[in-house]
Amino acid sequence: MEVFLSENEKEKKDVFESIWKFLASVKLAIFIFIILASSSIVGTVVEQGAEPAQNIQLLAKFVGDQAAPTVYNIFAKLGFMDMYGSWWFVSFLILFTINLIICSLDRLPKTWKFIQRPLKPLSDNALNAQPVKRDVSLKTSMNVARDEIVNVLKAAKYQFSEATENESVQFYSQKFKYARLGAYVVHISLILIFAGAVIGLRFGFKGFLNLPEGREANYVLLSPTERIPLDFSVKCNWYKTDYYGDTTTPREFSSELVVFENGKEILTKRIEVNDPLTYKGITFYQSSYGVLSGVLEDYRVQETPGGGRMTTLQPTFSKYPNPIGRFIITVAPANGQETTLSLRRGEVFTIPGTNVKGSVIGFSPTLDRDRRSNELGTNSYYKDQLLNPAVAIEVEAPGREKFVGWFLQGDTTIVVPEAEHTIKFDEFNGIEYTGLQVAKDPGVWLIYLACIVMAIGLYVSFFISHRKIWINITDNKKSVRITIGGSVNRNKLNFEKEVDRMLSQASKAIEGRSNQ
Amino acid sequence: MNSATLFNISAGAYLVAMITYVIYLVVRNKTTGIVATGLTIFGLISQTAALIIRWANSYAFWISSNPGSGFIEALLRAAPLRNLYESLVFFVWSLIVIHLITEFKYKNRSLGAFVTPIAALALLFIDVSGTTKEIQPLIPALQSNWLLFHVFLAFIGYAAFGVSFAAANAYIVMITEQKTEKTYIFWSIVTGIFLIILLAMGIDFLSLSTAERAHLLESHFLKASFRNPSGAIAIVSWVISAAVIFCIWQFGIGLKKIFAALNLTKDMLDDITYKSIAVGFPLFTLGGLIMGAIWANSAWGKYWTWDPKETWSLITWFVYALYLHARFVGGWRGKRVAILSVVGFIAVIFTYLGVNLVLSGLHSYGAG
Repeated sequence: MEVFLSENEKEKKDVFESIWKFLASVKLAIFIFIILASSSIVGTVVEQGAEPAQNIQLLAKFVGDQAAPTVYNIFAKLGFMDMYGSWWFVSFLILFTINLIICSLDRLPKTWKFIQRPLKPLSDNALNAQPVKRDVSLKTSMNVARDEIVNVLKAAKYQFSEATENESVQFYSQKFKYARLGAYVVHISLILIFAGAVIGLRFGFKGFLNLPEGREANYVLLSPTERIPLDFSVKCNWYKTDYYGDTTTPREFSSELVVFENGKEILTKRIEVNDPLTYKGITFYQSSYGVLSGVLEDYRVQETPGGGRMTTLQPTFSKYPNPIGRFIITVAPANGQETTLSLRRGEVFTIPGTNVKGSVIGFSPTLDRDRRSNELGTNSYYKDQLLNPAVAIEVEAPGREKFVGWFLQGDTTIVVPEAEHTIKFDEFNGIEYTGLQVAKDPGVWLIYLACIVMAIGLYVSFFISHRKIWINITDNKKSVRITIGGSVNRNKLNFEKEVDRMLSQASKAIEGRSNQ
Repeated sequence: MNSATLFNISAGAYLVAMITYVIYLVVRNKTTGIVATGLTIFGLISQTAALIIRWANSYAFWISSNPGSGFIEALLRAAPLRNLYESLVFFVWSLIVIHLITEFKYKNRSLGAFVTPIAALALLFIDVSGTTKEIQPLIPALQSNWLLFHVFLAFIGYAAFGVSFAAANAYIVMITEQKTEKTYIFWSIVTGIFLIILLAMGIDFLSLSTAERAHLLESHFLKASFRNPSGAIAIVSWVISAAVIFCIWQFGIGLKKIFAALNLTKDMLDDITYKSIAVGFPLFTLGGLIMGAIWANSAWGKYWTWDPKETWSLITWFVYALYLHARFVGGWRGKRVAILSVVGFIAVIFTYLGVNLVLSGLHSYGAG
């Protein structure tokens, strides 16, 4: 019975050991590298998260029109259409992390022991067997040779020990032994990256927010239907695209954002691409812009009582929504200088040099005349298309009755007949919104830390080497023989250069002292 | 002299140097070798001057459109690493620098015949791809201090990988015993494809008149051969390609004797392969992946989005990580690691050009 139990335990131990060995193996690492690399290739060819039709079209190029839908379905079932989030890809990433951790845990103690093992003096034979070897005889005394070797060792930052035997003395030393840990440092940085990514995915979010000029929002959208509330709100004062000179190449996309909390204004910042706003760990990035068609719909189009598709002029005036777009209008006094204005609805302007005042009180993207009522208004059927845009401007001139007129885009209209003052509606600059990427990533500092750790690890791994050196000084009565043996774990060439430099420095100094 | 003239002089010098390096392999005459190296150095000096002048011109251009900009900011924004053309030019520059360092360190000129064709590929591609050579205004996404460091380090990494590719190719020939070996067949195909593309782009280039070349707006890449509107020419191109690959397979093994006569040893080639990867891997990781991720995070709030450019850099990184692990821990030697080095550089080319030409992504402005 006892024997049976212990065998069972032994078996368990064997199973555990073989699993451990498997998880720590380089073979597994190589296998994972190959799997991740090759499946990623598929992921870059098949467009991720795209409409099915797009990828079916792509597949048809390889397998023909008939087979494409079937192949697509198989691929889709295997998760290739959203591969980087698929269960098997994520599993491989997790396996990769486990492999990294286990292989590091498996090897680190051995490396550590190796590093901590004190360096021992070598016999002549062992010294001669070192990969780097130098040998020189100099006419000098033992003491002088000793002094100078000690000097060069100190100068090269080798902390040495000393062993004496009969006629000879041996200095032995090593430096940069911790360079052997470089690869582990890189491994740790990768683990930190995975940890950072997991924290980001678990406790952070990536959302967006299309914020019209002048509007305020206290939420962020994860998808068109899913929102996350914020405990503060953000307002967009304005959005602006700057261009290089007269070209159509954009120079900068920028918006001005204001943060409000509990009704108080906290901060205002002009954001641009590469320069976001961060408040309470949530960052707003300038990402896109556009004209919001949804706001045009806000615009209370009324069906005519007769069932026509138009709005009547009068009732709509007072019911326009908050003015958000800008109207570009050119005004000029009789025979005078033209002035171009950029106005919001309701903003009062004066024609320069006159007492004529005006303000935009309404806008129609498609000015039309209702066939039944014969009134001017918006043809709601085409209201998204700016077919015949016009603004309604209220004009007030001294000695005249206030009046409202529709100004068609591009037409110059005389507003005060006897004085020939003119107003021209140039264009409507839409209701712009700023497109913001909004991200909260509490794991990102870990990613940055990992990047620094990785840079250090890579530097140590590739550019620093563990160097061991043994120097024998033997008294041959009239001369002294210096024998150097050394070994290094990489960059042998650099190490040889260092050894040569040390030897030539020592030789020069010894010769200099002998000549005195 | 203006930047374009100096650059054309350097391109010419590199092309003549390439031919001279090849002649050097055949005649094995010391003077020929010195001439090849001399031409390369001359080309490098001329190109360095061209780069400095272009940087100065870009600086003036930036200041003129952004008068409020400070000196350092303008210098960073004006660095000539801002579009496909400038990056290809910089790639050639780094490749030549690393090649010359290798040549002097190992005191062997034979590798020139393998490295300069990579430079020639990039140079010809500039002229036939229709990519703009103008100094362009910098779009908002690229207006970041990371641009210079990200591109600079990544491309030096790419260039180092290019040298390792050349050395690994030479290495494979050195260790081949029989033409029927799979590794040798693989080598023949890869070398063949490179040579064919080089020749095809040469024909593309020659088929364009000077005036056409100056105003090329769309890609003429392989239009004179494989992508020719005439089906017959396309078919002939494929037949000639097969013949080229066959010839390389048939006669390539002869390089073995040439290398031996030029004191190129397989240990030296293995060492060059490893050393270049040891330089390229950390630079690529730091500049390409890490700085790229940090920049993406500051511009878009996402340090990793699995867009094709990012994913292909990761694939490249995996291949070289595989090389390092297989060689140092897995005990792989010889053929197998040499193949990994060749595959690694093919991944580099795809990351750099293939993604822009074939796939799309956030880096699409790199195609302009």
